[in-house]
Amino acid sequence: MSTWDGVDFGGITCREFVELVTEYLEDRLAADARARFDQHVAVCPGCARYLDQIRVSSRLLGRVTLDPISPQSRDQLRDAFRSWRADRPEKET
Amino acid sequence: MSSPDDDLVDRLRSGDERAFVELVDRHSPSMLAVARAHVASREVAEDVVQDTWLALLKGIDGFEGRSSLRTWLFRVLVNIAKTRGVREKRSTPVDLRDEPGVRPDRFQGAGEEWPGHWVRFPMPWRDSPERRLLSGEALDLVRRELDRLPEQQRIVVSLRDVEGYDSDEVCALLELTAANQRVLLHRGRARIREALAGYFGRAS
Repeated sequence: MSTWDGVDFGGITCREFVELVTEYLEDRLAADARARFDQHVAVCPGCARYLDQIRVSSRLLGRVTLDPISPQSRDQLRDAFRSWRADRPEKET
Repeated sequence: MSSPDDDLVDRLRSGDERAFVELVDRHSPSMLAVARAHVASREVAEDVVQDTWLALLKGIDGFEGRSSLRTWLFRVLVNIAKTRGVREKRSTPVDLRDEPGVRPDRFQGAGEEWPGHWVRFPMPWRDSPERRLLSGEALDLVRRELDRLPEQQRIVVSLRDVEGYDSDEVCALLELTAANQRVLLHRGRARIREALAGYFGRAS
């Protein structure tokens, strides 16, 4: 670890870094904070890995699907649609 | 880029049941997630989603497509959800108690050589996760962990990362400030990462 002497971590610790990743990814960091973040990630393999894993996590979330409505709700909506259609005045063309 | 919703709305108007069902299937999951943020139970949320679709049918001739269907649906959904009884919980502010994204003991303490730096770097995720996810296992894990997130985190992560809404839209739908929305997204993603780290770090 002492080989890291003199390395510029951008003035932030890793512990601080992990709390900044979302603001970074959302592009909400001010220019100077962003520069410090970029400096840190450039020299810290652990934080680079963390940032990458957050990105992968977000991407994987993009591959899952949310719960659909219940089959009963869906059936009820289908029925509602049919009566709606039956009740409609004839559309003029 | 024209929304494929437009075609479906036209077909719905002319009485095409399949178009209606397709719209219901497309939008209901995120509507359900938003409704959950406003009402007390999953059951009431289902009712709110149903009522929103009924309102669309009733109002379809007045719906001119000046706003996107999605915008229209959510505006109506939130109104219905609110009249369905604002739950006490709704007015509770976002829980801002300190919840670090990474356990504090993963970082060196004050007396150590590099205070605040990793004790050990996060383990690399063996194989490309993108490949591992094809097995479905990682995806199942993500899905399970999403369900386990605290409610507000779950809803924000669901809309942002699962459904791909932008932050402005999510803030408007959930009536969150941009800062609070970010906090919830941050914590939710951090928890999902932690779970994946257990999964990818364990297997070899």
